[in-house]
Amino acid sequence: MDATQQVARQQVRMRGRSYVAFVFSPVVPVVSWLAEIDATLGKSPGFFSGKPVVLDLSAVDLSQAAIAHLIGSLAERNIRILGIEGVDESKLGANMPPLLTGGRACAITHVEPKAPPPKEKDKDKSKLPSLLLESPVRSGQSIVFAEGDVTVLGSVGSGAEIVAGGSIHVYGTLRGRAMAGINGNSAARIFCQKIEAELLAIDGYYQTADEIADSLRNRPAQAWLEGEMLRITPLN
Amino acid sequence: MAKVLVVTSGKGGVGKTTSTAALGAALAQMGQNVVVIDFDVGLRNLDLVMGAERRVVFDLINVVQGVAKLPQALIRDKRLENLWLLPASQTRDKDALTEEGVKRVIADLKTKFDWILCDSPAGIERGATLAMRYADEAIIVTNPEVSSVRDSDRIIGMLDSKTVRAERGERVEKHLLVTRYDAGRAARGEMLSIDDILEILATPLLGIVPESQDVLRASNVGCPVTLNAASSAPARAYTDAVRRLMGEQVEMTVPVERKGLMDRLLRRRAA
Repeated sequence: MDATQQVARQQVRMRGRSYVAFVFSPVVPVVSWLAEIDATLGKSPGFFSGKPVVLDLSAVDLSQAAIAHLIGSLAERNIRILGIEGVDESKLGANMPPLLTGGRACAITHVEPKAPPPKEKDKDKSKLPSLLLESPVRSGQSIVFAEGDVTVLGSVGSGAEIVAGGSIHVYGTLRGRAMAGINGNSAARIFCQKIEAELLAIDGYYQTADEIADSLRNRPAQAWLEGEMLRITPLN
Repeated sequence: MAKVLVVTSGKGGVGKTTSTAALGAALAQMGQNVVVIDFDVGLRNLDLVMGAERRVVFDLINVVQGVAKLPQALIRDKRLENLWLLPASQTRDKDALTEEGVKRVIADLKTKFDWILCDSPAGIERGATLAMRYADEAIIVTNPEVSSVRDSDRIIGMLDSKTVRAERGERVEKHLLVTRYDAGRAARGEMLSIDDILEILATPLLGIVPESQDVLRASNVGCPVTLNAASSAPARAYTDAVRRLMGEQVEMTVPVERKGLMDRLLRRRAA
């Protein structure tokens, strides 16, 4: 008993992330639909391997056994199902992929990454991974820049949000939320001319306004991560 | 060249409608041809504040949907012949407004008037976004309190992104109108000071309208305060604001009530 209590408490971090998945919508008869898949695979083998695939069953009415059989048939073709949508949850067995809701359609960019590596490297060099905002960020606006640093010349209003893969620099007053290093960059920092932030976060570790010391308020400050502690100190 | 001006705030009850009526009347008093449009479909008030509620036959929705022609829906003010009102419908809701219809109505009004004042409903939904959609300039009405200021910040962000001008890469010129301002309470730290508000919103100040009984009294008798009590502190503040809108340089002051000696001696009346 005592031994377990002495173990240092591990903080659990939860972060949201969205991915693009292929959506398969089988139609009846399923057998000929599977034949279509086979035809696609015949043209480019390995087309779906390693890609997330979601099964949309809204167009067909399948029993639990039929769904299991369909998932099995796709698995034989090396297609793994990440989740299922458009079906009643009661029809899904315990060992089936989970039910998904709230998906949105989007364009799938570069389906076949044939030779992007050399090109993309060139691009990255010419384009600096930073975003400069010359006007204030108003309440309700959300600036998401996962590629690198965000610099704001004006203020960030209460209820506004800056999300950056790198560091965040605010040359006005930071009244909203600032989340830096969202892709696991624990070296990211947040700098601001005046701190009145609602929330500061670096790499998932956060502090709310309540936890920010009053002595820091209205002063230039920076926030950084020391191990698993978010530290906020005045600048100069 | 006609100017389309939206009077907006995000938050409700800060004085959009009262300010629209007062500014419209003040512009008309200076000889400008003015129309005020009520965009608050379903909860119309501008007709009451303008004292025209008994003369409404057709409304904005009728015109937008092509049921009535624009001249049939326009109501001329009884006191100022170059001040007109386009009322909202009380029986419909904001979904009855279409972007195409509003565009047509505003284009039509632009040929007839110098100033088109759009009284926006509260909120950030369809009614408010359509009221600002075709604006050239915006008046953001703010009370000296944090909730109102934050909502105004939100609205300024929308003016910079959701208007036709913004989408074309142009600017919607923005003016801040602080209403219900009480210098005494601000000095005691009970409400935000003008400096605080300007620091947060970073938008040029158009005027400061003091808290006053005259405003309420004018609304209740259905007459814009600039007409009903032209020498009162709020009326002078609105008139100054209008002169600034027209490009005049007017020193920014916080108008105070002019009190006579007797008022000062007999400050409170026994109930």
